[in-house]
Amino acid sequence: MSELSELYQQVILDHNKKPRNFKKLETANRHADGFNPLCGDQLTVYMQFEDDRIADVSFEGTGCAISKASASMMTQSVKGKTRAEVESLFNEFHRMVTGELDEETTPNNLGRLTIFAGVREFPARVKCASLSWHTLHAALAGEDAATTENLGADITSEQVSA
Amino acid sequence: MLAERQAGNGVGDAASPWDVARVREDFPVLAQTVNGKPLVYLDNAASSQVPQVVIDRGSRYLQEEHSNIHRGVHYLSQRATTAYEGAREKVRRFINARESRECIFVRGCTEGINLVMHGYGRKFVAAGDEIIVSAMEHHANIVPWQMLCEEKGATLRVIPMNDAGELLLDEYEALLNERTKLVCVMHVSNALGTINPIKEIVARAHKQGVPVLVDGAQGAPHLTIDVQDLDADFYIISGHKMFAPTGSGVVYGKAELLERMNPFLGGGDMIRTVTFEKTTYAGLPNKFEAGTPAIASQIGLGAAIDYLNSLDRRAAHAYEHELLAYATEKLTAIEGVRIIGTAREKVGALSFVIEDVHPHDVGTILDQEGIAVRAGHHCAQPVMKRFNIPATARASFAFYNTKEEIDTLASAVQKVIEVFS
Ligand SMILES: Cc1ncc(COP(=O)(O)O)c(C=O)c1O
Repeated sequence: MSELSELYQQVILDHNKKPRNFKKLETANRHADGFNPLCGDQLTVYMQFEDDRIADVSFEGTGCAISKASASMMTQSVKGKTRAEVESLFNEFHRMVTGELDEETTPNNLGRLTIFAGVREFPARVKCASLSWHTLHAALAGEDAATTENLGADITSEQVSA
Repeated sequence: MLAERQAGNGVGDAASPWDVARVREDFPVLAQTVNGKPLVYLDNAASSQVPQVVIDRGSRYLQEEHSNIHRGVHYLSQRATTAYEGAREKVRRFINARESRECIFVRGCTEGINLVMHGYGRKFVAAGDEIIVSAMEHHANIVPWQMLCEEKGATLRVIPMNDAGELLLDEYEALLNERTKLVCVMHVSNALGTINPIKEIVARAHKQGVPVLVDGAQGAPHLTIDVQDLDADFYIISGHKMFAPTGSGVVYGKAELLERMNPFLGGGDMIRTVTFEKTTYAGLPNKFEAGTPAIASQIGLGAAIDYLNSLDRRAAHAYEHELLAYATEKLTAIEGVRIIGTAREKVGALSFVIEDVHPHDVGTILDQEGIAVRAGHHCAQPVMKRFNIPATARASFAFYNTKEEIDTLASAVQKVIEVFS
């Protein structure tokens, strides 16, 4: 049960119930759709990208608590950041949820996002936590869709060694 | 043991005649703990567990009989061939086909439906024709037909269903016309548990001279199958959903249809003569079994059928019915839980959603309690759309599940609601 309460922390449950920036962004100049074909999760990330910065960002869609909370907190933490800063944060986040980065011993910029560290104990849920990030990445790159289908990198180091 | 099991088949007894504790001993996988809790395996519609006798039969084959079939005059090849063809005869009896050559071995239901699509569909369906599927089909019985329609310029028509998850037969009747070339429906729904009235569906199609393919993936594990009584033209089975290993499966087809069809895969074993100018094909069933098949798995399917025949299947069916009714009652009683699929005739699967909780989260929390359920769209996205939900959690039962396991499920569902309250 302790791993479970690690996963479903109050903050995550709160973001699931009341997701922030959960709307279509009228001023968006980029957007991308994300799919997880395994469970049918589906979301759209909208962004207003100006002078190499994310001026504003939002999302819409359906998904589990982990994917919704992750998208919600992601929008909060990337707002105002440059493309390079966002890509580096995505990298750290991804390495944390797949168990490659120990957020307690390695310096990082994850801040409140470390609340998702518990996901690495649930390999089947890593894709839920990272779907919104992949979608954000696609929007930044000017692509219009992301899917977790072929993301071989979305397996935890535990799965690799097992 | 056998006599004892069958003796207890009294109707109307308060006590179940089904000795579930005894049956559980046949399935070694069930006796384990998951996350510190006894495993509660409620994902049988995805894949059922394998009894020891089937495991033993597979190992005996690998230890003593393994060789390629139909290719050797030597001792082992003869033994392997005899065992493989013996499994085919067991399948024939299990589904009451007229002849064993009407039972084609394939790796599973998906491959089986694709075999009919290529062999029958690509030969007999042309531009302007129509193929009927139902609104509750698994993707395996939608996508191949869509691919065919795209290739040929044909049209896919869909039998609608009501809010309970029952097909609307009058609407079905109205879809049948002189352009209809094939009707493809599932016997039992993996997402909703609905048992479709196949006999009636077949009769109406046959009145118009249209053949019917039945996706029997969920029918074969739970119902007594008589393809002659159903008068199905094709009946497709996955072995791994009926206590056999993965890689086993069957396409039953009426001989006269199979004879007229094109082969599916080309290669060794499916030919009579090959020259660079022309190849002539082997007779049934070999025409459809190119290359070396999953010999051990198909022999395992034969052993699984022997195992099922050793049980009192009527009692097993009655018991499964009881389990589903009990689970339905237990989950319905929990506030915030809604059952998806409330057909009058159901077997095997119980799909449900919990208010404000995504099924994926339900699946993770149940897993922590040792309970295996499936959370997702069950390869039936159109069904999810029909009910306006992204996904469901699904508990699916076999005759080795117990009422205590359902109690465990119900309290774990309560726990989910607490976590998310
Ligand atoms: C109704 C139905 N049809 C077809 C299939 C596909 O079977 P398989 O994956 O064994 O090919 C399944 C199993 O997922 C099923 O439940």
